[in-house]
Amino acid sequence: MRTLRPYLPVLVLGVLLALAPLFVTSNVVLNFLVFTLTVALAAQGWNLLGGFGGQFSFGHAAFFGTGAYASAIWQMQLGFDAWTGFVAGTLAGALAGLVIGFLSFRAGLRGSYFALVTLAFAEVFRVLANSSEVTGGAAGLLLPLKIGAENLQFADRATFLGFVVALVIVVLLLVQWIRGSRFGAQLVALRENEEAARALGVDVLVVKLKAICLSGAITAAAGVLYLQYFLFIDSGIAYGTWISVEVLLAAIVGGLGTVLGPVVGALALHGVGELAKSLAGGLPGIDLAVYGAVLVVAVAFLPGGLVGIVRRRDRPRPVRDAAPVEGEA
Amino acid sequence: MYSADIIIEALLNGLLTGAIYALVALGLTLVYGVLHIINFAHGALLAAAMFAVLFVNQILGLDPYVQIPLLAVIFFGLGYGLQRLVIGPASHGRDENILLVTLGLSIIIENLLLAGFGSDTRSLNTDYSFAVFEVGPYLLGQARVFGAAGALATAALLWLFLSRSDTGKAIRAVAREKIGASLQGISVGHVYAVTFGLGCACLAVAACLLLPTFYVNPRIGSAYVLVAFTIVVLGGMGSIVGAMLGGLIIGVVESMSGLFLGESLGQIGIFLIFILALLFKPTGLFGAKA
Repeated sequence: MRTLRPYLPVLVLGVLLALAPLFVTSNVVLNFLVFTLTVALAAQGWNLLGGFGGQFSFGHAAFFGTGAYASAIWQMQLGFDAWTGFVAGTLAGALAGLVIGFLSFRAGLRGSYFALVTLAFAEVFRVLANSSEVTGGAAGLLLPLKIGAENLQFADRATFLGFVVALVIVVLLLVQWIRGSRFGAQLVALRENEEAARALGVDVLVVKLKAICLSGAITAAAGVLYLQYFLFIDSGIAYGTWISVEVLLAAIVGGLGTVLGPVVGALALHGVGELAKSLAGGLPGIDLAVYGAVLVVAVAFLPGGLVGIVRRRDRPRPVRDAAPVEGEA
Repeated sequence: MYSADIIIEALLNGLLTGAIYALVALGLTLVYGVLHIINFAHGALLAAAMFAVLFVNQILGLDPYVQIPLLAVIFFGLGYGLQRLVIGPASHGRDENILLVTLGLSIIIENLLLAGFGSDTRSLNTDYSFAVFEVGPYLLGQARVFGAAGALATAALLWLFLSRSDTGKAIRAVAREKIGASLQGISVGHVYAVTFGLGCACLAVAACLLLPTFYVNPRIGSAYVLVAFTIVVLGGMGSIVGAMLGGLIIGVVESMSGLFLGESLGQIGIFLIFILALLFKPTGLFGAKA
């Protein structure tokens, strides 16, 4: 039992989310949950690299979009089925992670430079998807409606929600397992001090590459979910900055480098966003303006995120004002 | 294939646009050079400045060029306040935090503009918006010529200010050696805020120069911020000369890739340069160190 204890919170969260459809039948709420959990899944991918590994990406849309487009092309252009499309999309995300990671980590980019280069990669992908034939150009791709479990399309939103919840739980368990593993320890070590980790024999490049591949795969899986739920993607949705921003927001607001953080953060953010929207009476953009304010406040006052408020004792001490003298590095 | 005349004309127009881009990048590189932070809100602040130009034009009917002193002062104050009251305190001096706080600011600004002005794309038409100068066989947009001249003049003024004035010397001292400067009695917090204010004032001037030919919508900032980052990385982070030359290069690249690759695929040229510069020459063409 002892070794299973760390997994308990994830399982409890999973049961709660899985039971949600029993209590709510409103399509609005179910839509909200499906979309929010899709973002939470993508955010967990970001968190693995950014939260645990300390490599902040500003361009996770590159993975989200690659997953969505790869699965759509797999199904529409190559004629395979949706389940293998799910696998193909996830693998494509890992591959994108490998390429972007290899190029940028080998060049030694970190901190703000890594953030900027990922942003640029996502933009390159967006421009390519917007102007190439196979991705449907600016019109995007409309996945044909073929309801049926074998096509990963469900007539009932609650069933789709069940699938999303299952996937989120599997990934959370995986992350919890990684956290306790040797790889997880190496990842945290390089976040805290890359030179020290290297000196202790951690192969920094390999650990970073593993992390970005896994991160890309998880975020790409979320992209496939988006495709299967909305049955439509275009370059602005799949590779847009909105998803890059949402995933880092959810992870930071929920709690960087925590297992539950991204889910808690995504639920809290979207909850506040919906609230702001209904209070502002349809003023466009007001929910996003609130997101931005939440980000500033979270960075200023909540270094451990929402999860950090609850578990003050196991969170790492925030390194406030610890940066010695800027510009000397 | 295009005739040489079309290519030369695109080259000249690219240089003119590039001069204005350089002014946008100048604010960013100045802030980086002194505060060593990447201001992600730079593009959103530019969008805000462009809307301010539109707004003042509608209320007071002032020509964008006449508004330059007014907006430069307002945005200097805005930048000073932002750095002093928000970015400085919220980021606890950590690099990633500053990136995140300025990202948060850019989201707030962008969406407040959306809420306030709607998502329509707007432009400001003046007498010279569509007028051209005929230089030999080439047609150059008058607003672009004025814009480039204004941008170069502003850069020269800024250079003079930094090299001659006491405040400018204090700024350069802080950029070089923060602790040493503060031991000489320079208030580092004040200099940071002044520098940030100067960066925003550059944006306000750039907005006044851009509007007669360029359109604006609340989301335009994200397009400019990437262009500005590309210029700054290419020119070397913190280098003013680098930002000017980088701006001209990027203006030409944009104009050429638009000509040869078409409107949609043409944007890719800038991003590719950005990635290649970061991967292979992160110190830039003129930067001393990364």
